[in-house]
Amino acid sequence: MALATRTDRRPSITRTLWDSTVGKKTVMAVSGLIMLAYLVVHMLGNVKVFFGADEFNAYGHWLRHMGEPFLHSHWGLWAARIVLLASVVAHAVSAYQLSRRDIKARPVKYAHKRRRAGYATRTMRWGGVIVGLFIVWHILDLTTLTVNERAWAGHPYENVLATFSTWYGNTIYIVAMAAVALHVRHGFWSAAQTLGVGNARRDKALKFLANALALVLFAGFVSVPVAVMTGVVS
Amino acid sequence: MKLTLRVWRQKNADAPGTMATYEVDGISQDMSFLEMLDTLNEDLILRGEDPVAFDHDCREGICGACSLVINGDAHGPERTTTCQLHMRSFADGDTIDVEPWRAAAFPVVKDLVVDRGAFDRIIQAGGYITAPTGSAPEAHATAVPKAAADHAFEHAECIGCGACVAACPNGSAMLFTSAKVNHLGVLPQGSPERETRVLDMVARMDEEGFGGCTLTGECATACPKGIPLPSIAAMNKEWLRATRKAKR
Repeated sequence: MALATRTDRRPSITRTLWDSTVGKKTVMAVSGLIMLAYLVVHMLGNVKVFFGADEFNAYGHWLRHMGEPFLHSHWGLWAARIVLLASVVAHAVSAYQLSRRDIKARPVKYAHKRRRAGYATRTMRWGGVIVGLFIVWHILDLTTLTVNERAWAGHPYENVLATFSTWYGNTIYIVAMAAVALHVRHGFWSAAQTLGVGNARRDKALKFLANALALVLFAGFVSVPVAVMTGVVS
Repeated sequence: MKLTLRVWRQKNADAPGTMATYEVDGISQDMSFLEMLDTLNEDLILRGEDPVAFDHDCREGICGACSLVINGDAHGPERTTTCQLHMRSFADGDTIDVEPWRAAAFPVVKDLVVDRGAFDRIIQAGGYITAPTGSAPEAHATAVPKAAADHAFEHAECIGCGACVAACPNGSAMLFTSAKVNHLGVLPQGSPERETRVLDMVARMDEEGFGGCTLTGECATACPKGIPLPSIAAMNKEWLRATRKAKR
């Protein structure tokens, strides 16, 4: 008699990843790390504002011509934009689906309320939404220059000054950077756990790295509006 | 001790429930929390009322039958099971809130009793391990490294009580599942099923309607057996490894 043979097959890796809560967290971790790497580069670029209009504007010009003459003008920029857009969408869709699931998993709340988890952990969802809204504002303000009142195309230095000379420009930016820092604080460490890099031995180092990244990003980004407000950059 | 209890009362799975208030008197601080509830139930029976239903079995902290969220904490304020929680952890005149585990995957059966069958089904999904049957194997035939034995034992301590799910703001069973996956994943016995075990257990966990992990750490804080939070990262690693190999 022939033995029964298994004929069912595992679904593809993509299917397994997307259908599982663990897999979707992996999508969030990877897309989050891509965006975090971008933030570090972005912050380093921003602090060039301290070295004068010429250097900053030249840097802005270079961004549009990255990879030339191998790449056509703007191709490098658009490649980066496409990767970032894909990361934002993957991150947000996973977060939305996982959050819906999490809320459904606890249909009846406890009558005895108690604060659970730290501030950075509790604010991941709404903090993420705030950061998402800020990105829209930020693009309208300094990329398309739609909402920038003293916009001057091709002169990023002057546009940055215009943004940070308004009270709302400063407020929106600083609040958003605080949200980014809190998000990175829990997000970076969580990504390490999700990707299976975290363990008891590395825990302290990973938490330190998460806090350091959050702090450096916050300080680097916020230094620009503060410098404009105090007249260090003018 | 004299105490005021606010206890979740629910006739059956379909009936709506409510927090009912009871006064209990003559409680010794050497009583366990369950003995205090026994005292309340004796009172209720004498008054002709329905006693409060709650799960319990060994009452020595090793079976995982007892549950209860006490003042918002799974198994109450001490890091132990409810049966090993003593009334000396409370003060005379306290008001204590007693609720069942709250999770979509753990439906309330009656009062404080919930159906934890979802955990059994996660275990079942893990399947068998290949082991020779018949006479007892030679003890030294399969060498287990000391570090692996310790790791497995640490995770074998999980009694499947469900406190991790009750404490998690997302009602996630990641700590429970990770305890089982870590326990078996490092041992040479059962290593042929290493990949299918983690894939099937995690898939079953998701099917049962548990939430996802947001690494709040509430589970590991509540766990009476001290299953550590990094076990979840270890399971993620194991799951990602199995996904890449995805063989069957």
